[in-house]
Amino acid sequence: MVPLSTADTVVELKGITKRFPGIVANDSISLQLKRGEIHALLGENGAGKSTLMNILFGLYQPDEGQIFVRGEPVTIDSPNKAFDLGIGMVHQHFKLVQPFTVTENIILGLEPSKGLNIDYKSAHARVAKLSEQYGLKIDPKARIENISVGMQQRVEILKTLYRGADILIFDEPTAVLTPQEIHELIEIFRGLVAEGKSIILITHKLKEIMEIADTVTIIRRGKVIDTLKVAETNPKELAEKMVGRGVSFRTEKKEAQPGPVVLDVKDVTCLGGKGLPVLNGISLQVRAGEIVGIAGVDGNGQSELIEALTGLRSIQSGSVTLKGKDITNEKPRRISEAGLSLIPEDRHKHGLVLDFTMSENMVLETYFHPEFSKGIFLNYDAIDKYAERLIQEFDVRTPSIYNKARSLSGGNQQKAIIAREIDKDPELLIAAQPTRGLDVGAIEFVHKRLIEQRDHGKAVLLVSFELDEILNVADRIAVIYEGQIVGEVLPKDTNDQELGLMMAGSKRMQGGEARG
Amino acid sequence: MGKLLRWIGSDSFVVSLVAILLGLICGAIIMLIGGYNPIVAYIALFQKIFGSPYDIGETIREITPLILTGLSVAFAFRTGLFNIGAEGQFLIGMTGATFVGVKLSGLPWIVHAPLAVIVGALAGGLWGALAGWLKASRGVNEVITTIMLNWIGLFLSNYIVASFLLQPGQQRSYMIQDTASMSLPWLAAAFGNARLHWGTVVALLAAVVFYIILWRTKLGYELRAVGHNPHAAQYAGMNVNRRMVTAMFTAGIFAGLAGVFEVLGVFHYQTVMAASPGYGFDGIAVSLLGMNNPFGVVLGAALFGGLTYGSAGMSFGADVPPEIIRIVIGSVIFFVATQGIVRYVLLPFYKRRGKEVAKA
Ligand SMILES: Nc1ncnc2c1ncn2[C@@H]1O[C@H](COP(=O)(O)OP(=O)(O)OP(=O)(O)O)[C@@H](O)[C@H]1O
Ligand SMILES: [Mg+2]
Repeated sequence: MVPLSTADTVVELKGITKRFPGIVANDSISLQLKRGEIHALLGENGAGKSTLMNILFGLYQPDEGQIFVRGEPVTIDSPNKAFDLGIGMVHQHFKLVQPFTVTENIILGLEPSKGLNIDYKSAHARVAKLSEQYGLKIDPKARIENISVGMQQRVEILKTLYRGADILIFDEPTAVLTPQEIHELIEIFRGLVAEGKSIILITHKLKEIMEIADTVTIIRRGKVIDTLKVAETNPKELAEKMVGRGVSFRTEKKEAQPGPVVLDVKDVTCLGGKGLPVLNGISLQVRAGEIVGIAGVDGNGQSELIEALTGLRSIQSGSVTLKGKDITNEKPRRISEAGLSLIPEDRHKHGLVLDFTMSENMVLETYFHPEFSKGIFLNYDAIDKYAERLIQEFDVRTPSIYNKARSLSGGNQQKAIIAREIDKDPELLIAAQPTRGLDVGAIEFVHKRLIEQRDHGKAVLLVSFELDEILNVADRIAVIYEGQIVGEVLPKDTNDQELGLMMAGSKRMQGGEARG
Repeated sequence: MGKLLRWIGSDSFVVSLVAILLGLICGAIIMLIGGYNPIVAYIALFQKIFGSPYDIGETIREITPLILTGLSVAFAFRTGLFNIGAEGQFLIGMTGATFVGVKLSGLPWIVHAPLAVIVGALAGGLWGALAGWLKASRGVNEVITTIMLNWIGLFLSNYIVASFLLQPGQQRSYMIQDTASMSLPWLAAAFGNARLHWGTVVALLAAVVFYIILWRTKLGYELRAVGHNPHAAQYAGMNVNRRMVTAMFTAGIFAGLAGVFEVLGVFHYQTVMAASPGYGFDGIAVSLLGMNNPFGVVLGAALFGGLTYGSAGMSFGADVPPEIIRIVIGSVIFFVATQGIVRYVLLPFYKRRGKEVAKA
């Protein structure tokens, strides 16, 4: 193999500048991607990473600067042009047609035809061949709406490969994956570079950069801070360069002082779409002044538990009480007013109205409160003032509160939701994957706020696939498996191996054992 | 007001104007192909619209119901629903007003006329709400139900007129009582006896109410949230199903009012119809033209109504078949809907403007 330093440059960005109203998203950015290299882009939320890659992919036009592909100056004015140049992109939020099959999505726009008909036979064959070549296991005939997120991502990757891409851009590919899926994706990356492909990888996870990337470019507020060889750096240095200050990876916190029970879930059973139980007599307690973490592999009832608690899924049997008040099968609004807040897992689907302004989004659950309304009218002055304060306090980066939620960077959308939910100062805060897509600085901030909430004597239920996060932040860990809590442990008494075994259902513990 | 001004100066307004221009050009090309003189035709068109006070008045009459049905479709669209049923709501609203206008007597105008308006509006509203309720409770797609309700509305209206209101020997109802009339005789006199009526005022007010409900009230906030993202609205504790019914009810009121004033203000009776008059369907085009913005809808209705009314002049003065004007309207809608094409046409202008700004 050719050593990286002498390998040829496949993409060169020179002095790229992109302005949006009120903000310079990219400020004279230069970057080089070599053949067979994995080049990581690291930067805070809103630093301009997605924007830069959207420029390379032809979705945005730069205001200034030049792009060179394989040494040739090029103008990329559409994704089709990008494909012609061999550039493919897997977006932060997938762009797939839900009711279509895997194959249909992959060939969309480039369907092989037989007369006027689509030649599905040869399409299936080509897709199958590609998936084998790169070790991307998929079922070509499955519908997108029925397959897991990890699988959908492979479809996105195949889409780019089908179009002949050899420069692949990944925008936060691991944010929505489970640890197992991340492991598989990293293997896929290795396969791709072995075939001579080059990869630009945007990620907030320093561990991933250290494990797989060759080079890393750090961007802060639209400017390149530095480009480093991964072999010659370490996570601490990266985090500091990115945020501009020291970052602690371990959150400091005092011993929890659990008070009376706030949330009491007793033997709750819920049925899923096919009439099979998705929650199997689940029981759980959260006390005031403690953070309970729910650990588990995706799909073991976490989403259903959250829906049952918030009134979005009907409970067949069992009961839920909040501060002594029965909220079983209550309406979502009642439950929310009784003091329960939710940071939902899927921010685009459940957390925000993307076409509302930030200001309107900040009162999505509270717009009818007397402080935000006058009779039948909304009090926009009060709403704007409130939104202004939240955005300041939680450092949500947006040019103004009147920007549509859609125009914010992914991480800043998440910060806005967190601001809204924490500021309601709920008796119980449910946080589902709260730090997904956040930069290390923002993660530290959110963890601090969760702990602060606890220290104010409030209850917090943290649902996360990240074991590090659970071990770090939770005071008590409940492991969920097939719709049941199969064990409770204290973070200081356990480690990821033991948790992993419990999550896989091969080790059960009685709740009393850990607490006793 | 400032908002309105800003909107007129905005990009979307310029794009709309250019779309209209392109539509007229398309129409001209078709006329040329057909061997007509487009310049003569367009002059005849505009003469018909602005030629005399009577024509101006009648153009306004033509525009009025289109504003209301346009608002109906646009309102539903803003809340995420496709109201193809403005036609049926129009008819049911009309029938409600005719019923009250014919059957009640001995009331003073100040009671009778508003009562007829309110009953008609509510009838239209309930007809719309029916589709909303079917969607909310049974999950039936509103496109299908509203189309079916259009037919049911047509035949139900005919049945009511034929069985309860029919003037013997005629294919129409009795005339409504004078106390139910919403005509404006003194204004009509100034416009050469064009059939002007209170409905125009109500339609313009309706556009303002549309704006206030959607962008100023709690209800409108919920409706828009449901329209943009029903999942998030549900998570936020809003009652998505109930709001769908509210939205269709309101949309039905707008369309119903259009029908109400056709009877109380224009014809003063209702016929047994062989086919729907089509104002509800034209409302879909108007809401598209107006980009679902209430003030855009008023302008869209003005364009649509003006061209429709003027087309009679075109066939008369230039011997161009009035169907040509449908092609013009069709192409305007096409260009409004496919803004990408218009922006592409405008690209060189924008580039120049950008450069000038950069130099300055
Ligand atoms: N279409 C747009 N209109 C206006 N502003 C935009 C638009 N897209 C991005 N921005 C702004 O540009 C800045 C950079 O956004 P970008 O999405 O590139 O950030 P990012 O580095 O990808 O962040 P994250 O890690 O949170 O995804 C943000 O402040 C964002 O608000
Ligand atoms: Mg991004």
